[in-house]
Amino acid sequence: MTLDHFQLQQLWWVLLSLVGALLLAMTFVQGGQTLLWTTTRGEQERTLVVNALGRKWELTFTLLVLFGGAFFAAFPRFYAVSFGGAYWLWMLILITFVLQGVSFEFRNKAGNLFGPRGYEGFLFLNGSLGLLALGAAVGTLFTGGSFVIDGSGRMSWGTPLHGLEALLTPYNVILGLALVLTARVLGALYLIQAIEAPNLTERLRESAWKNLLAALPLILFLLLRWHGMTGYGYAADGAIVAVAGKYLDNLIALGLFGIGFAAIGLALLAGGTGMARFTPVRGGVWLAAAGALLFGLALFLVCGLNETAFYPSLLDPAASLTIRNASSSRYTLAVMAWAALSVPLILGYVAYVWRLMGARPLVADEVKNDPHHSY
Amino acid sequence: MMEAFDPAAVGWARAQFALTAMYHWMFVPLTLGLSCLLAFFETFYFRTGNPEWKRITRFWMRLFAVNFAIGIATGLILEFQFGTNWSHYSWMVGDIFGAPLAIEVLFAFFLEATFFAVMFFGWERVSPRFHLFSTWMVAIGSSLSALWILVANAWMQHPVGMTFNPDLARFEMQDIGALITSPAAVTHFLHATSSSFVLSALFVLSVCSWYLLKGRHPRLAVRSILVASVFGLLSSLLVILSGDQAAYDAARFQPMKLAAMEGLYQGEQPAGLVVFGLLNPDKQPGDDRPTFRHPLHLPFLLSLLANHRLDSFVPGIDDLLYGNPEQGIEGVAEKMARGREALAFLSRYRQARQHGDAEAAALNLEAFRQIEDRLGFAYLNHPEEAVPHVPTLFYGFHVMVALGFLFPLIFLLYLALAYRGRLSRHRWLLRFGLLLVPLGFAASQLGWVVTEMGRQPWAIQNILPVHVAQSSLAATTVQSTFFIFLALLTLLFIAELRIMLNQIRIGPEEEKR
Repeated sequence: MTLDHFQLQQLWWVLLSLVGALLLAMTFVQGGQTLLWTTTRGEQERTLVVNALGRKWELTFTLLVLFGGAFFAAFPRFYAVSFGGAYWLWMLILITFVLQGVSFEFRNKAGNLFGPRGYEGFLFLNGSLGLLALGAAVGTLFTGGSFVIDGSGRMSWGTPLHGLEALLTPYNVILGLALVLTARVLGALYLIQAIEAPNLTERLRESAWKNLLAALPLILFLLLRWHGMTGYGYAADGAIVAVAGKYLDNLIALGLFGIGFAAIGLALLAGGTGMARFTPVRGGVWLAAAGALLFGLALFLVCGLNETAFYPSLLDPAASLTIRNASSSRYTLAVMAWAALSVPLILGYVAYVWRLMGARPLVADEVKNDPHHSY
Repeated sequence: MMEAFDPAAVGWARAQFALTAMYHWMFVPLTLGLSCLLAFFETFYFRTGNPEWKRITRFWMRLFAVNFAIGIATGLILEFQFGTNWSHYSWMVGDIFGAPLAIEVLFAFFLEATFFAVMFFGWERVSPRFHLFSTWMVAIGSSLSALWILVANAWMQHPVGMTFNPDLARFEMQDIGALITSPAAVTHFLHATSSSFVLSALFVLSVCSWYLLKGRHPRLAVRSILVASVFGLLSSLLVILSGDQAAYDAARFQPMKLAAMEGLYQGEQPAGLVVFGLLNPDKQPGDDRPTFRHPLHLPFLLSLLANHRLDSFVPGIDDLLYGNPEQGIEGVAEKMARGREALAFLSRYRQARQHGDAEAAALNLEAFRQIEDRLGFAYLNHPEEAVPHVPTLFYGFHVMVALGFLFPLIFLLYLALAYRGRLSRHRWLLRFGLLLVPLGFAASQLGWVVTEMGRQPWAIQNILPVHVAQSSLAATTVQSTFFIFLALLTLLFIAELRIMLNQIRIGPEEEKR
């Protein structure tokens, strides 16, 4: 079976959407980081939470790196335009993730320069500001960026803020906040499942529910705002033009993969959290994370498929990036598609190890008894 | 307001790349080598059941973990930096360069991320067999990640397997097999990993020397030294073999780099090697001044090194810069002229396409294809730009090579004395052993300095100069992030160093009685 260039471009948008959605589901690590100071009582609980999150942070981090790498390989023009143009926004995101990268390992070690509270602060920063900025960056896939591209392919950015202007657009900020709150829901649910500490669990159940109640209106706003919101897409003559209500059209046009995934996703997210709040079940996180995954898929698919510009240019609509004009060559996409056949295998061993390591929940004694191999 | 292309920004963008790459490379070699040593130690434990090996494994694992975390964190910047600071590069060659990076994440990073958690936290949660398996997976994952990133870097040194797409003004991949099996990629991978193994063995020697000087943990120290010096010795041989191959590759793919590494201005047949000498600071390409003061010169050796033939011609900087018709070498000025012709054909091709003139388009495209390999030279402003900074390359290369030959002798000495149980009596050696970490890092970092500085002015050899590859950013913007990263990485490095020293001071866990 051979796929033509456009089929491969669509396949790669779907794969990228999947990575983005997995990343969204895995932001429970960041969400958990923001609960560190508010939901725990005392050093022992805090250390327990850090250790539970610390067993998973690298997976989330690796998904972020994969998201970047796959964009680079499949849609290099986006990589060039967004990273090179929205420079400060991405720098802000990167710096908070660099800080996160060392914080779990360094937090509890003698001589670590910033003290445990310092590293907990870095973790909070990553989970709050870092995720807010990442959400805003995802928001620019809908709201666009200020770039033009000249005949030789060189891109120039139109604002001196170099990407920070994304944080001044309400839509992006609301998406960022929704991401932070959803991550907190997922973080609380993950910790309920991963840790055995009754008092803490009660607080986490409460916290998950409250954060869900705060997140839902924002998420609904993001969807309702699509009514009448301008997107960009290909006209019949091949030009890229503004289309009113483009994203809502896409949501409906994509059917199960659009409005279906979004609705099921939200229902699962709410259902999983409700289970955690109103029943003694500990596994609500699985439902909620699956919900976040489906919702994330719908979000990414809506902004790239159906002849839509996934990164509109605010200065020159014709320069807007679509999966057709931003992609790699057919050969490269095909090579990468072969490489992507390894994804089920990777998911398989990740899941196997996850199950093996999580066979019993983490308890305070395990962390205390092995101070040399804990965070 | 559009921010224009700023020539001053390229210096800062390069400085930032160098800064982040060099910090990243403070941690990566240890990750590569220690992960193998951990796998060896744990294999011994698994085979013998001797708890001392478990204690050794767990001790080095703790140091590994500290180093691993910061290695991951610094690597993130490097990946995204290609987009943020080298955005035109990302567009021009993303079709080729992005693939190995993405494959690296898929095939290597997930292995590392998944199995690191088992290796570090899984002692009581998985079977000993699965734990050992995980430790090996971390080691294999680390080396796989090195493989893919070095395939990418080797491609920048010796671009193969691609073609220029005149409609999109970018390069596109044609043959990923050519990227992976490129001789430059194979050599690069072997040299970078084996030298990293050496560095991690030196690290083990240094730490254990300190323990022996202090009379602490002698059993752990001697056993660790035995394993590390065998590992280091074997790796050193691979370093020398692959280093020889790297010089041979440079002669074929980057002759200017080799000439600068050797301080060779006028080509020679046969060419001798300057083992050491002081460069004449007034020497310029094309003049008659002597290159060296007090050179120690060995005849024939450079011919042998560069071409594996004793009587062969090795071109110097002047030959490559000004041309040498006798040897069939085209000068840079001519290449620039051809490059500008190629650019003119390209722009006429695109105009013809716009006007729907298929015939003119085809003619101009064909003319372009004849000389397209000179296209990159069109962007140079004057020929002398094509010469990299000779002192950096010459001294950097020579110090690296000298250290590369010193290390196997040290491993041999440590191995012999540790084997006979006499190491503690030679306190001078143990004291010298404390210097092995800085010396190892010096050699390792200089290797990258020579590799990357030797490619200047190119981001991709002969294809894309750095000033074209960069993003359209103001110099002040890039300058700001340079200083932000300088502060951030330095602070984190200090923290890492202090944690490492503390962990070493604390030492292994108590023996269980």
